[in-house]
Amino acid sequence: MTTKRKAVALISGGLDSMLAAKVVLDQGVHVEGLNFFTGFCVEGHTHAIRKKKGGARRNNALWVAERLGIKLHIIDVVQDYKNVVLNPSHGYGANMNPCLDCKGFMVGRAYQWMLDNEFDFIITGEVIGQRPMSQRRDTMPVIARESGAFDRLLRPLCARALHPTLPQREGWIDVAKLPSFGGRSRKPQIALAESLGFDDYAQPAGGCCFLTNSAYSSKLQDLWSARGERDYELDDIMLLKVGRHLRPRPHFKVIIGREEGENRFLRGYRHEFVSLSPTSHRGPTALVDGGASPDDMELAAQLVARYSQGRDAERVALEMTTPDGETRELHVSPIAPDDVPVEWHV
Amino acid sequence: MSNHELDVRRLLCPMPVIRTQDRVKHLADGDRLDVTFTDPGALHDIPTWARINGHRIVSIAEGDEESTVVIEVGTGKASYER
Repeated sequence: MTTKRKAVALISGGLDSMLAAKVVLDQGVHVEGLNFFTGFCVEGHTHAIRKKKGGARRNNALWVAERLGIKLHIIDVVQDYKNVVLNPSHGYGANMNPCLDCKGFMVGRAYQWMLDNEFDFIITGEVIGQRPMSQRRDTMPVIARESGAFDRLLRPLCARALHPTLPQREGWIDVAKLPSFGGRSRKPQIALAESLGFDDYAQPAGGCCFLTNSAYSSKLQDLWSARGERDYELDDIMLLKVGRHLRPRPHFKVIIGREEGENRFLRGYRHEFVSLSPTSHRGPTALVDGGASPDDMELAAQLVARYSQGRDAERVALEMTTPDGETRELHVSPIAPDDVPVEWHV
Repeated sequence: MSNHELDVRRLLCPMPVIRTQDRVKHLADGDRLDVTFTDPGALHDIPTWARINGHRIVSIAEGDEESTVVIEVGTGKASYER
């Protein structure tokens, strides 16, 4: 009797990782999924924070696992991932994205999981030439080597163009039955998805990590600059995903909700920050991050009033609440748009 | 069989799912876990996670500010989880 081989698949929720797992499943391999939560994932959080009319708020990694009929294990790697973001040995991409170190880290964690759970090999949805940093012919061996996975790392979507790995050599996988993708075009993946009956999947390529986003990267660098150190906690990087960030003075910034979902999210931080909410008009919830003087607080209130429905009123009343629950009413004139320099927008 | 509670209010997905997953690992088949959360995304994610991992959803109570899902731990655990 032949042993049923077991593979652990990195499942991002996107198209490539879904297809990679599917083509291996179809060869009779037992597959389970791993999804790593770094804190920078676009998946899940922004869907949760932002109010959407009628839109599905699904987690795509879970949705993919259900479509494939496999288990999914979501792993919290927020603390361990810090070193990847702060000290990437291969540097950053166009923004603050340490893609090569990130992939090596994730495959390394998957390799450890594989050993702990007596699985045989690892699957990723990587495609040669798809990404400028981590998915190149010359960097793929780096990931296999630095993760420790070596030839137990199978990239099913482009394995035919790579050196044979253990699953191929041992006959666990028939490489001739695998697709052979390469380059940045998405058309072959979309065609394969259609042929496999997948008519719905997350928008492919590139959008899964906030660190690839220039606006988000700017906010992260601003945070480090204002604090004088390169470090973060989960709440820090979560708040960078939410609201307008305006820094009128080097020592404080104001985070202003853009819609009800963000306001609700920001209200959850009222016990950690001074918060401001208009009371005379409908308007956003805002947090003040940093040591603001009474004059600074007046300016913050003027900014919040500017984004309320009282923006054209002479005076707007706001409630200021301290982290220990003390409240005070402020009455301010909304700041004029021309008095908000573009440099204040982080 | 016993009943357990998990409070993951204020956490955003996927943290409610991760906390649920980690708690269920330490429960026995047939145990029930009441998970209370504020992230509306968890209304979809926790039941999906439970289904694909072999657990049963007993009830879902959706509220304006917070919601609760009751899970019965199933026998669908992989062997390495037992």
